[in-house]
Amino acid sequence: MHKEAAIREPLILGDKSYHDITNDVVGPIEGKASKTWYLLVSIAGLISLWGLGCIVYLIATGIGVWGLNKTVGWAWDITNFVWWVGIGHAGTLISAVLLLFRQKWRMAINRSAEAMTIFAVMMAALFPGIHMGRIWVAYWVLPLPNTFGSLWVNFNSPLLWDVFAISTYFSVSLVFWYIGLIPDFATIRDRMTKPLAKKIYGILSFGWSGKAKNWTRFEEVSLVLAGLATPLVFSVHSIVSFDFATSVIPGWHTTIFPPYFVSGAVFSGFAMVLTLLLIMRKVMRLENYITIKHVEYMNIVIIVTGSIVGVAYITELFISWYSGVEYESYAFINRFSGPYFWAYWAMMTCNVISPQLFWFKKLRTNLTFTFIISIVVNIGMWFERFVIIVTSIHRDYVPSSWSMFYPTWVDIGIFIGTIGIFFTLFLLFARFFPVLALNELKTILKVSGEKYKKEDH
Amino acid sequence: MAKAPQMTHVVHAMFDDDHKLLDAARNIVAKGVKVKDVYSPFPIHGLDPVIGVKRTRMAIVSFMFGMTGLSLALLGMWYFMVYDWPMNIGGKPSFSLLENLPAFVPVSFEFTVLCAAHGMAITYLLRNGTLPGMPAVNPDPRTTDDKFVMEITNVENPGMDMAELSDLLKEEGAIEINQKSLSAK
Repeated sequence: MHKEAAIREPLILGDKSYHDITNDVVGPIEGKASKTWYLLVSIAGLISLWGLGCIVYLIATGIGVWGLNKTVGWAWDITNFVWWVGIGHAGTLISAVLLLFRQKWRMAINRSAEAMTIFAVMMAALFPGIHMGRIWVAYWVLPLPNTFGSLWVNFNSPLLWDVFAISTYFSVSLVFWYIGLIPDFATIRDRMTKPLAKKIYGILSFGWSGKAKNWTRFEEVSLVLAGLATPLVFSVHSIVSFDFATSVIPGWHTTIFPPYFVSGAVFSGFAMVLTLLLIMRKVMRLENYITIKHVEYMNIVIIVTGSIVGVAYITELFISWYSGVEYESYAFINRFSGPYFWAYWAMMTCNVISPQLFWFKKLRTNLTFTFIISIVVNIGMWFERFVIIVTSIHRDYVPSSWSMFYPTWVDIGIFIGTIGIFFTLFLLFARFFPVLALNELKTILKVSGEKYKKEDH
Repeated sequence: MAKAPQMTHVVHAMFDDDHKLLDAARNIVAKGVKVKDVYSPFPIHGLDPVIGVKRTRMAIVSFMFGMTGLSLALLGMWYFMVYDWPMNIGGKPSFSLLENLPAFVPVSFEFTVLCAAHGMAITYLLRNGTLPGMPAVNPDPRTTDDKFVMEITNVENPGMDMAELSDLLKEEGAIEINQKSLSAK
């Protein structure tokens, strides 16, 4: 049996039994939804509808309704794409990388973090899709026989690598998540008394019965999927960064991009996990499972990745000067002192300074403070992508074509809309799905449960 | 047993703790009883060698699917980019698979992972018999919550006295024992 040092803080607080864990998680699914839930889902639903309306308008009219111009061909669309993909990375990091490192604290947060990943990647995939302009020919990104025209897709292009990376990432994350969900759906199925609900959860649980051999396979499959998802999560944002790094645009053409993007992704992802979980633990009364210690661990990840991001910003700045390339130097001088200086300094403040405050234990164990910083980090990371994308291209080699980017209401509407869709999906998840990995939490109850830890002494 | 041989007798012994079940399994297996299966709400580590569950080959399945994916990806890209319609893109012509390999690494990797993960997941679901609409076969609904059930039948243990076995299981700490007799089809 797995042993844990007595000095480690327990991961499950209170006097819990296996049955209590089931009750605490499945209870809210069986009961009626609260008024707050209906209120939140209505607000998020309305914002989603607005977003969908903007998308329909965009597709019907053409991407001229965005604020793009011939100099700034990528702006909010790709910023939002990179932002959402980045947010997704925390879920896979928690469920895969922390599984390989045997970090037991992941068990309380992995289910909702993976759900967040899936919803975030869905939002991300939307942007390149609608950016094509003619979404009805989106299947042209697939290597289809050339009866449609004359050519195959270009496998030398990072944009095509992205198609493979994002679709693999989305589908593998979904499978990983669902395989973990099957036994928990079985738990709900066996508790439900209402016939319709029992039937639905019965179908969702695929007839899982929890035989010894099934569990052996379950653990092996989880481990192998974690092993596959770990390099996958690093590859996805590396490939996203190649979209920029392989071009010859000053400010984009840098070898530092892959690690810089990956750490930024984990940074923003953990911030989003904190934003969601700090609310969820309160509303769904999960304080005994998602403890202050869990929040502290996540904040430590934020310090580490935030510091990597900070080092990357400064390295980039230094190299632009040290390279001696005047275009490269100008791209960076323009970033911090040009017309978008406010975006650059917003990024610096939010991403480099704010996470450093977590060095103080008082602050990183303070939930209100953590919540505020988690939102600040997400804003900062959105600005990071905006700064990288827009400031690098709005002043190119030919000063006569220099221009500015101003978002239109459609740009803003679609971005706000994706936030609405994301929250709608997450709220539905929190209402109908087991928000904690029941079968995993039960395995650590005797090792890390507060009651059992006390009894051992 | 003196009864007709086509009758299958099943004993379900319920335990309220994973370690109690593990100890009981060890003890009764030492006495020569074969355990058919165990139903539990979570994996019980250390149980498999006791009741004779062999190591799963899921990882090998995944590796084989991964290799298939890698081969297909390389074959596909060689066909599209080198053989069928070679192009000179940005002064980087497509001459041979080897020369183009660096550009093919990302898609090869992604496709390997795609095939390895999905191939294994589908095999896993098929081998477990867990697919949408399949009926659950756990003997008691509490086995997905906090109870652990050991299943012993007279198929694996011919000549076993079921009453004696029940007493033995009770001694080992089973909280409930259910006996069922199923007639063979």
